[in-house]
Amino acid sequence: MAELTPGEVAAALPAAAGRPEHQEPRWQPAEAMRAYALIVRMWVRSTMAYRTSFVLTALGNLAATGLDFLTIVLMFAHIHALGGFTLPEVALLYGATSTSFGIADLTLGSMDRLGRRVRDGTLDVLLLRPAPVLAQVAADRFALRRLGRITQGVLVLGWALLRVDVRWSPVNVALVPVMLVSGAVIFGAVYVAGAAFQFLAQDAAEVQSSVTYGGNTMLQYPPGIFARDLVRGVTFVVPLAFVNWLPALHVLGRPDPLGLPGWLDFASPAVALLCCLPAAAAWRAGLRAYRSTGS
Amino acid sequence: MGGFYGAVVTRGFRRYATYRSATAAGVVTNSVFGLIIAYSYIALWDQRPHLGGYSEPQALTYVWVGQAMLAVMALMGGGFEDELMDRIRSGDIAVDLMRPADLQTWWLSADLGRAAFQLLGRGVAPMVCGALLFDLALPSAPGTWLLFLVSVALGVVVSFGLRFLVALSAFWLLDGVGATQMAMLAGLFFSGMLLPLNVFPGGLGEVARALPWSAMLQVPADVLLGRHRGTGALAALAFQAGWAVLLLAAGRQLQGVAARRVVVQGG
Amino acid sequence: MSTTAGTAPVIELDGVEKVFDVRRKTGTLRRTRTRVRAVDGISFTVPRGEVVGYIGPNGAGKSTTVKMLTGILNPSAGRIRIDGIDPTRERTRLARRIGVVFGQRTTLWWDLPLRDSYELVRRMYRVPDAVYARNLDTCVELLDLGPLLEVPVRQLSLGQRMRGDIAAALLHDPEVLYLDEPTIGLDVVSKSRVRDFLRGFNAERGTTILLTTHDLTDIESLCRRVMVIDHGRLVYDGGLDGLHASGESERTLIADFARELPPIDLPGARCVGVDGPRQSFAFPAGRSAAPLVAALAADHPLVDLSIREPAIEDVISRMYGATS
Repeated sequence: MAELTPGEVAAALPAAAGRPEHQEPRWQPAEAMRAYALIVRMWVRSTMAYRTSFVLTALGNLAATGLDFLTIVLMFAHIHALGGFTLPEVALLYGATSTSFGIADLTLGSMDRLGRRVRDGTLDVLLLRPAPVLAQVAADRFALRRLGRITQGVLVLGWALLRVDVRWSPVNVALVPVMLVSGAVIFGAVYVAGAAFQFLAQDAAEVQSSVTYGGNTMLQYPPGIFARDLVRGVTFVVPLAFVNWLPALHVLGRPDPLGLPGWLDFASPAVALLCCLPAAAAWRAGLRAYRSTGS
Repeated sequence: MGGFYGAVVTRGFRRYATYRSATAAGVVTNSVFGLIIAYSYIALWDQRPHLGGYSEPQALTYVWVGQAMLAVMALMGGGFEDELMDRIRSGDIAVDLMRPADLQTWWLSADLGRAAFQLLGRGVAPMVCGALLFDLALPSAPGTWLLFLVSVALGVVVSFGLRFLVALSAFWLLDGVGATQMAMLAGLFFSGMLLPLNVFPGGLGEVARALPWSAMLQVPADVLLGRHRGTGALAALAFQAGWAVLLLAAGRQLQGVAARRVVVQGG
Repeated sequence: MSTTAGTAPVIELDGVEKVFDVRRKTGTLRRTRTRVRAVDGISFTVPRGEVVGYIGPNGAGKSTTVKMLTGILNPSAGRIRIDGIDPTRERTRLARRIGVVFGQRTTLWWDLPLRDSYELVRRMYRVPDAVYARNLDTCVELLDLGPLLEVPVRQLSLGQRMRGDIAAALLHDPEVLYLDEPTIGLDVVSKSRVRDFLRGFNAERGTTILLTTHDLTDIESLCRRVMVIDHGRLVYDGGLDGLHASGESERTLIADFARELPPIDLPGARCVGVDGPRQSFAFPAGRSAAPLVAALAADHPLVDLSIREPAIEDVISRMYGATS
């Protein structure tokens, strides 16, 4: 490398053109989505640098999540109904929650790494970029292998929809996609709230996963098999019951064990939106706390 | 040399003992999953009492023993294997092979230390949690508990033997992710973590009960539940010990081949 | 054009404080809270286009200040304006106007070619195509990045990566560039290359640069103004010469003679070491070494000479010896 004198450096630089006027802030959600997509794209490309590893882990992810369902199938080798539900009916519950959870896990699942970023100080780098931190954290280490879980959930759901004995009224037909999207949003809100908590307690990731992964496992079974208080907890405290239980029970034409009013079967979208409010508030509070304490 | 490896065991124990918040979080997760699985078992045994020869309290005991063994047997990973694979991939393993300490014995000692801590840190609390919430069939005879501990120890050695083989595969496979993942899936399924192997239908059950993974949960749980008595208990322990010896011997063979490979490549 | 008068301050701090609550274990269960003033009332302004060295011992409050200037941390008290922007309230707007390089932390994408990291900057900062092309060309040429653009970052050497990081921080035409230890761990050639580039870029574009470093040569070759922070307070703000004078720091003249000699009594310096035929002389950093060299060469069999510059830590610790 040749040494350059300042004069040479200056001579090589083109005359400074006018600096562009910096854009004013745009609509935040659109900006966030854009930044999210940009970063996700980078991670997907990074993943593809190790293609074999990606294929193996995606297949492993598919198989690992499939073991849950295999357990249920093995149970049905001995019984005709679990908690009064046939195998296709349990499969409907299973497929619905797995798909919803899979979507949330794919899009926001890496947020449990926030605690580590806070601890090692790399969160600061995200604060230097002109994009919402939430979008950046959500896209961080985006793991395409998690498509395995969604794939498995969709396969089971598809099988269940073909096999359940249900009268497919327009309402029931519409309820299925609404259930999947609402469920994904509810799980997403749990992820965001959990990440916000990691600003305060950096080791909290595993407690969060007992709510997300544990909740997902619980929702795979009919609500009737669990203790009432447990069902009340996942209905009124962390409203996971709205992910699949209440809408799916309506589709299957079965009563819910708590005897809740019938209109709640359709409340999942509203509950999902309501969940976003405390999650967003927790996130803002967490980020504010970080910017004022830096720890 | 015994003193040396004893020190490695102690160090393995102490090392995991420092991860206090991770241990606490793990206990919470184990308890949550234990709770959920327990209710699904209650529903199952409601329909089929005495399924697999277990009464409902026995089935519930099985659930919580499973949660207690999850970390001890490193069924979801978290043992030494990632570290060993990293050392193989980075080439640091050449230095390890040069040391006077035997590679396999060294890592076995460290893993025994880890398992001992996990048994106390992540095994006891979920069991207590399960015993408080459900009616469990825990034995009162101290002898049964003692046999259980021996069985757990043998299970850990079998678990180590399997994971050591998987880790050594990093000498030949560029990417250890696939091997680790396959091993984990096989471990979860064939150990009886998802469902007791006695409940597996027909031939699948028979094969599963003969494989080494059953030594990691099915056998210790059955020992605790008093299903193996007298000579039966000895046979169960012998089954575990047999797999342990076989796997350790296989690991030693593979280690020898790998060591020659490192020497040929010049480290 | 937002660039107006050359002397309009682009960085303004007024009475800035940062107080942390530190919880410390004092027993098995007991914890005590102590308040730590990491930054304790700092005020200064930096005019547009200036290159400023911001130095101080570890834990003095340097990085806390930089974190407040870049919008990572909010100040506990006081007022900060960067190009008229309040970092607390308008973090993302500020982010478009500043560039930051952490010497020990890369922002480049490990597994992807260098060019991909730059493309992300272009999109995320919405850099107009013409501006992007011009800035990339400039950086590629002057930082010699041409052959590296298609190479995955994990394969770059430390020096190459640092050059890559500097370019990444400049592609969006920042008004202010913050550099944290930009030459740490680099070899001599890479160091001087980075310095030359920064000097030239500043001269040409008028980008304001704030530099924290432990390497006094960075400061000497780039900065006319130096600020020293210690215990959260600004203890010096002025030229580099003044820093040497106020701290009475010393440079060391190392002379090799043809044979071993008794310690030499040299006017204007003192002999601080004799090692065989080599003798070391300390003299005030503000003075010229020429008369000393002349005196030595006139009376003794001089073979070789070198001068060791004072390290920043020496300069600062001497300053303390003088002021407190």
